[in-house]
Amino acid sequence: MSWMAWTLPTAIFFGAIGFSLLVLTLWELKSPTILRKGLLPIATTRGDRFFISLLSAAFIHLLWLGLVDAPVYPATAVSVLVAAGLLKWG
Amino acid sequence: MSRSGRWILCAYLVYLVLPLYWLFSMAISSNADIVGEFNAFPAAPTLANFAEIFSNPVWYQAFGNSLTYVFINTLISLAVAIPAAYAFSRYRFLGDKQLFFWLLTNRMAPPAVFLLPFFQLYSAIGLFDTPLAVALAHCLFTVPLSVWILEGFFSGVPTELDEMAQLDGHSFGYFFLRVFLPINRGAIGVTLFFCFMFSWVELLLARTLSGAEAKPIVVVMTRTVSASGLDWGVLAAAGVLTVLPGVLVVWFVRKDLVKGFALGRVS
Amino acid sequence: MSYKPQNNRAWLGVLPVLLIVAFSAVVPLMTVINYSVQDILDFNTRFFVGFEWYVQTLNDERFIEAFGRQLAFSFTVLALEIPLGIAVARGIPKNSRLTPLILIVLALPLLIPWNVVGTIWQIFARSDIGLLGVAINAMGISYNYTSEPLHAWLTLVAMDVWHWTSLVALLAFAGLTAIPQPYYQAAELDGASSWQVLRYVELPRLRGVLIIAVLLRLMDSFMIYTEPFVLTGGGPGNTTTFLSQYLATMAVGQFDLGPAAAFSVIYFLFILLFCWLFYQSVVKRDEETP
Repeated sequence: MSWMAWTLPTAIFFGAIGFSLLVLTLWELKSPTILRKGLLPIATTRGDRFFISLLSAAFIHLLWLGLVDAPVYPATAVSVLVAAGLLKWG
Repeated sequence: MSRSGRWILCAYLVYLVLPLYWLFSMAISSNADIVGEFNAFPAAPTLANFAEIFSNPVWYQAFGNSLTYVFINTLISLAVAIPAAYAFSRYRFLGDKQLFFWLLTNRMAPPAVFLLPFFQLYSAIGLFDTPLAVALAHCLFTVPLSVWILEGFFSGVPTELDEMAQLDGHSFGYFFLRVFLPINRGAIGVTLFFCFMFSWVELLLARTLSGAEAKPIVVVMTRTVSASGLDWGVLAAAGVLTVLPGVLVVWFVRKDLVKGFALGRVS
Repeated sequence: MSYKPQNNRAWLGVLPVLLIVAFSAVVPLMTVINYSVQDILDFNTRFFVGFEWYVQTLNDERFIEAFGRQLAFSFTVLALEIPLGIAVARGIPKNSRLTPLILIVLALPLLIPWNVVGTIWQIFARSDIGLLGVAINAMGISYNYTSEPLHAWLTLVAMDVWHWTSLVALLAFAGLTAIPQPYYQAAELDGASSWQVLRYVELPRLRGVLIIAVLLRLMDSFMIYTEPFVLTGGGPGNTTTFLSQYLATMAVGQFDLGPAAAFSVIYFLFILLFCWLFYQSVVKRDEETP
């Protein structure tokens, strides 16, 4: 496995995503999601909103890295806020 | 059908055939004729270029290598895609839509993105420079595509068929192999065509994952361009030969081709 | 779409696909992400550098230029191939003995290895030995795609149109054959012009296949590598270097693991975004027309 060149931060990152998928699966088994129309222009399920949050987070970070020469923590904070908003009202 | 439509079609077919004619014309010309005085028709037709390819092991072994990995790839793709497409077409299950989307993204992902890890991955498990490595790498796009096409075709088969087989007391295995698959012969043929089409034509992954042993024809061709001082005639002849398998395959699936191109979901 | 029963055992059918795609996509993708945050000298000597490669790539002028060229190229070929493909498809007779032959000829360019497509156009367009190159020069227009960036571009676009319009045409033809004849008869009774038939009868019913066509063409043109690699080698200069080629040079040419990996991740994120947007429109259509 050495060729995969693991590092602690990326391991945590993948662990977090894997864990989220697990939680989403269990949640889905317990109470199936309902397709609903929120702030977003399309009707979404819980999984959709989670995916949109992740993708937005990625692009917010890219934007920050490309335009601002500063630590990424503000971008992360914004991403978390956006994600929370999307999951709640998206 | 409008008359202007006919004209557009005819003009387009001419545009399509001209470069192919030129390839063929070069394939039967000697290199001296090609770089010498310009001729719109081959001045002295010759089969020497083809003879060169069939007598040189570098060329014909490369053809063999290419056909090997295309064949393995098609087998793997069909074997895994058929059950999956059946599942997608007949049932709803946890995460089915997400899974389908995820498969689709793999079809769309640029092979260049996967170059580095593939090289490391297949080196690490000792598959580097084997046809199997290329076949598995090509599964990245042929498997999702197969699932996509087959799902479209399978969804068009009425579920009453499944139920009837059950009422007749047939086991699922019997139904699937003896009833369902034969009905979908056309669909499987078209899928085969698409697997072939995308595995046979790919260069980047095939080149990266093969060294001296499993060198595919597409790589030998690009090396010829850079190395041996450009023998245009032999290059063109090899080009003609790489077109032939495609012609064969398309001939066999011609009946289902149109439906297959719409990925089974036209009507 | 007919009613589908809920059955989580269907997962068993999907499992083989899942395993093989996990092997050939998930593991490599995780590896790319791992590489992208490190400076790797060799696999025992590597340092965590955080987002440094991302910052470098996003501020790399050559990356931005390649990205811009990529967008320009993709939209140019889409704008040409989609209308041309529809026009060609409308010209194909529906029930003639010639139909299968025409379809097979149309399918030909799709079955030619991509590097051979490059080679074909190389020998076709060269100004010394190519039919096209010689013909254009004979008409008094000085044409040489190996030295003139504009000519290189036009040649690449002509090649891509040659290579892929067939796909659009075959898709559109598949869609056209599915339109019931009474629609045409009704249009004829109303005295509709060919243009009106296209606008009010055909295009609305082609929407589904056209979305697939646009999706496939956008994605495939966005990852174009082999044909320009063979035809122009990215030149003259860097004027026809697209994303995949720049990336391949970094990855296997110079073996810059970290920067190439960061590049890959950014590239992949854009693909993911496009793909998702299109998937939404496909799903939406499926729901509108049950």
